[in-house]
Amino acid sequence: MARSTFVYVTYIRTTPEKLWSALTDDVEFMKQYWFGVHCESEWKAGSSWKMVHPDSSITDAGEIVEADPPKRLVIRWRHEKKPELKAEGDSLCTMEIERSGTAVKLSITHTIESEPSQFITAVSGGWPKIISNLKSLLETGAAVLRDPYSAN
Amino acid sequence: MAELHDTDVLFKALADPTRRKLLDLLHAHDGRTLNDLCEHLDMTRQGVTQHLNLLEMANLVATVRRRREKLHFLNPVPLQEIYERWIAKFEKPRLKALGDLKRRLERTDG
Repeated sequence: MARSTFVYVTYIRTTPEKLWSALTDDVEFMKQYWFGVHCESEWKAGSSWKMVHPDSSITDAGEIVEADPPKRLVIRWRHEKKPELKAEGDSLCTMEIERSGTAVKLSITHTIESEPSQFITAVSGGWPKIISNLKSLLETGAAVLRDPYSAN
Repeated sequence: MAELHDTDVLFKALADPTRRKLLDLLHAHDGRTLNDLCEHLDMTRQGVTQHLNLLEMANLVATVRRRREKLHFLNPVPLQEIYERWIAKFEKPRLKALGDLKRRLERTDG
């Protein structure tokens, strides 16, 4: 199977609307859980998307394939900086939000048509920390990790 | 039914060698079918299904339907939460204690 995928799921005690906003247009909120990074887009199908770091550099870019607030967001996502990751081309990141009892289930599926994929290895290391921070920020108002490598 | 991941459910899911082996198998190669996983375990298909259900309830395994197949993926998000809640917080004082010990021993030697 020439495809690499990961699927990350978390349950967050919040509303689909708040989660959608945290994943898209709430830039200041995003910086708090994404270690200073934020994404810029109009968040509509066809609009461009880019990931902006605190020093204003852009490492990843692409476009919105599907946007159905507050339920489903699909981003065509390319890494732009490291040549070996850039060479792997487009990946597809799907975020799905659904109510589950008193919480909201967030599923993030990231796929690339190559196996093994250094891109998938690179992003899969970051997502659990980002999602875990997002959960704690939405539920308690405080992010647990300030910097991705602080545990050492 | 999916649960809010309750720490008890999570630790219970981890407290079994077969379930830990399933997590290792998914770590080595993600997106496996039940048949594929059964090949690596000396256990009935029903037994493996039960273990997978417990792992899914604990949110350690996520499943995706692709055509007629159900694929199993390792979901590391709860493990990250265990790491933050139960490891990172204890790690720092220990490393500090080790550093202090090293300094004290080296001082005595010198």
